[in-house]
Amino acid sequence: MADEVILLDFWPSPFGMRIRIALAEKGIKYEYKDEDLKNKSPLLLQMNPVHKQIPVLVHNGKPIAESLIAVQYIDEVWNDKSPLLPSDSYGRAHARFWADYVDKKIHEVGLKLWRTNRGEEQEAGKKEFIEVLKLLEQELGDKPYFGGDKLGYVDIAFIPFYTWFKAYETFGNLNIEKECPKILSWAKRCIKIESVSKSLPDQDKVYDFIVEMRKNLGIE
Amino acid sequence: MADEVILLDFWPSPFGMRVRIALAEKGIKYEYKEEDLRNKSPLLLQMNPVHKKIPVLIHNGKPIAESLIAVQYIDEVWNDKSPLLPSDPYQRSQARFWADFVDKKMYEVGRNLWTKKGEEQEAAKKEFIEAIKLLEQELGDKTYFGGDKLGFVDVALIPFYTWFKGYETFGNINVEKESPKFIAWAKRCIQIESVSKSLPDQDKVYDFIVQIRKRIGIE
Repeated sequence: MADEVILLDFWPSPFGMRIRIALAEKGIKYEYKDEDLKNKSPLLLQMNPVHKQIPVLVHNGKPIAESLIAVQYIDEVWNDKSPLLPSDSYGRAHARFWADYVDKKIHEVGLKLWRTNRGEEQEAGKKEFIEVLKLLEQELGDKPYFGGDKLGYVDIAFIPFYTWFKAYETFGNLNIEKECPKILSWAKRCIKIESVSKSLPDQDKVYDFIVEMRKNLGIE
Repeated sequence: MADEVILLDFWPSPFGMRVRIALAEKGIKYEYKEEDLRNKSPLLLQMNPVHKKIPVLIHNGKPIAESLIAVQYIDEVWNDKSPLLPSDPYQRSQARFWADFVDKKMYEVGRNLWTKKGEEQEAAKKEFIEAIKLLEQELGDKTYFGGDKLGFVDVALIPFYTWFKGYETFGNINVEKESPKFIAWAKRCIQIESVSKSLPDQDKVYDFIVQIRKRIGIE
């Protein structure tokens, strides 16, 4: 029986992008459904009644919510190719730690950059964002990817935020390439990979989306 | 070569308690090191330079931080007894989902119960009860979230039970009244030896909360 895989998503969501990349890495055919977050579909509300959020992976009718949980699920079920997590337990714990770090830091701190008006909060956000990127840069070290020679779990957790960099830089008034060149070269390496490039929207498109959001929220 | 296992911890931390329970379930001998959070040890700062927080599990010199990550590590390495996560990938994803739900809801919302007042506290009360009821629904008729035996979600959640006297007193809620099934589950868990020997007494935790409230100036 063929697998039925559906992804409930929203095109600019970095969390949704993570699942898109994982599915592409594994060569899994799936149906992509873009949600209108102001008018959530009955399917979304049924599949994620607890949080009512995207992304939700639906595999043969069974939902898996929370992007990193879904990526791990994909890695465990389609375990015949492109392993995303290391095979040794310590390596796995290490990968989970850094993906969790990305989860805790990038999105939240990023919000301070584009969702606030200029001022102290944004300045503090700027400083924190650079610190976070520098720590990630240190963790990357001399490896081509966080996963080593190939794209791994942490790369997948983090690379989607690259599509938000233009917005972070413009509204946060920072230059990521100048502060953290290694992160930029890592990102450019990632987007050369087909499963990544075909899963990520264009930076300009995301930027325009954030411009709209800021208008709607009344941010100068 | 014998395993060297150290746990850097702080006795009232629900996150530390999770790791204690997991180690006990697996029968792992370890050295417990109590941290003074206002004077963190060089070992803690070296083992968790990123967050500088407890708990940190140290296995043969290698640190694992973040309680749920450490519990999963313990389950994977000591996989010969007492499995904490299900063997089926879908069941595993659901266990992770609910442990993540506990992570998102219990600590922050619970904290608001004993630190906030007025509208903020009322909102926290409402959110806390909603979270408990959702968990009750997920438990259903099962003995434990893990089914017949203690599992990942039970380990993630039961530590917060030691904070309930604090939540109820300062938050002005009665969890047993709102969700008798939840309290029944908690009482079942603390009858298990690995749980009871890993958790501090509710009264001790309550006194600790009273102390912090004094220190941060809450009436």
